[in-house]
Amino acid sequence: MNLFFSLVVIAVLIVLPWVLVGAAGLDYLFGVIVPYVALAVFVVGLIMRVLQWARLPVPFRIPTTCGQQKSLPWIKPSKLESPYSTWGVIGRMLLEVLFFRSLFRNTRSELRDGARLTYFADKWLWAGGLAFHWTFLIVVARHFRFFLEPVPWCVSVMEGLDSFFQVGLPIIYLTDVIIIAALTYLFFRRVVNPRLRYISLAGDYFPLLLLLGIAVSGVWMRYFDKTDVVGIKELTMGLVTLSPVVPEGISALFFVHLFLVSALLIYFPFSKLVHAGGVFFSPTRNLANNNRVKRHINPWDYPVKVHTYEEYEDEFRDVMKAAEMPLEKE
Amino acid sequence: MYDAGKVILGIVVFLALVTFPLWYNLAGDASVAAPDLEKAEGTQCVEDAEWMRGHHMDLLDDWRDEVVRDGERYFVGPDGQRMEKSLSNTCLSCHVNKDKFCDRCHNYMSVDPYCWDCHVIPKEVM
Repeated sequence: MNLFFSLVVIAVLIVLPWVLVGAAGLDYLFGVIVPYVALAVFVVGLIMRVLQWARLPVPFRIPTTCGQQKSLPWIKPSKLESPYSTWGVIGRMLLEVLFFRSLFRNTRSELRDGARLTYFADKWLWAGGLAFHWTFLIVVARHFRFFLEPVPWCVSVMEGLDSFFQVGLPIIYLTDVIIIAALTYLFFRRVVNPRLRYISLAGDYFPLLLLLGIAVSGVWMRYFDKTDVVGIKELTMGLVTLSPVVPEGISALFFVHLFLVSALLIYFPFSKLVHAGGVFFSPTRNLANNNRVKRHINPWDYPVKVHTYEEYEDEFRDVMKAAEMPLEKE
Repeated sequence: MYDAGKVILGIVVFLALVTFPLWYNLAGDASVAAPDLEKAEGTQCVEDAEWMRGHHMDLLDDWRDEVVRDGERYFVGPDGQRMEKSLSNTCLSCHVNKDKFCDRCHNYMSVDPYCWDCHVIPKEVM
């Protein structure tokens, strides 16, 4: 049901611009208005989410048992897995953001040889996730040739490296192959494995299908059903310089690609994709494990009326003495 | 708000990244409009202009394979004329100026075709 729902939504998102641009000629709506609205929703939505997280107090450090905490001088602390300084935290954060350190620890358990429960490292999700995220970053960065004029040298160098093997014409980008392979794997991982399918929601299938739709439509436009790419750059340059134009002769496929990207931008702040910002707010990653070194005061603490033992003894000293009870102070 | 300094710094970096193309293009003095191409000297291209805009690389790729691998050096153009399948001799005989035709769009789109790794540019020979 979740899978079916996601497929239907994706199909609608593809057919809508295809029909409305191809047949009804609403290219200004899909080429200018929708992308601007999507970008505004993305920027404002993401900032609102971040501010919402920033308002939540995280008074206490959450030590995760990934490494030896700093303790006595002769016990070697684990500086990155259980950092106690800001630089250690920055190191752990970098490992997490750039290399998905905590996903690398992923394990699986399975019954093997009948009833033998076996735990083993499972790196496939980590590898697929890493392949997707890095290629997606490179693909997005490569797209800056559509948004910058003159195109900076670093974008050209990236394109050169990405088309290193000079296969086909236009030369096939390695990242195009890897991103589609990775997304296909990540999608079928959820579909094929019954346990994963059982816990997968529409919010798990939909982003994968959406990204797959974006990648496939882009690849299709570059290698198969080519269109006037100079016209496309005129459109994108118009968008980023706030003087939008929609040139003639751009195929409907481009508007499908652009509409799927707009859908991704709108969907981003309100879905699990917002982990891009959320990872920086993970208390188990971004706080130094220094509970024993520093005192952390709970910000919502209010003065509590207490009655200490000393005061208790003062109050009942005579009675306690009469009962021959031991006293701290005579 | 907790850690306001860091959070605001993060938001500022995010906004700078998102709006970077706007600043970059405003700061640069280059025209953002698509480049003008020099008019061809002939009257009839081998395919119509709109198809060529998207697919000229397919044509050149096919030509290369047909000439180099199969030895089919000639084709019959749309007006019945027999022409050589040649980038330097046929394409550039009408589009005489590589700088004002090929390069303008390729530079605009940051495309670096490897045609000229092997072919010579006719003007350079003369």
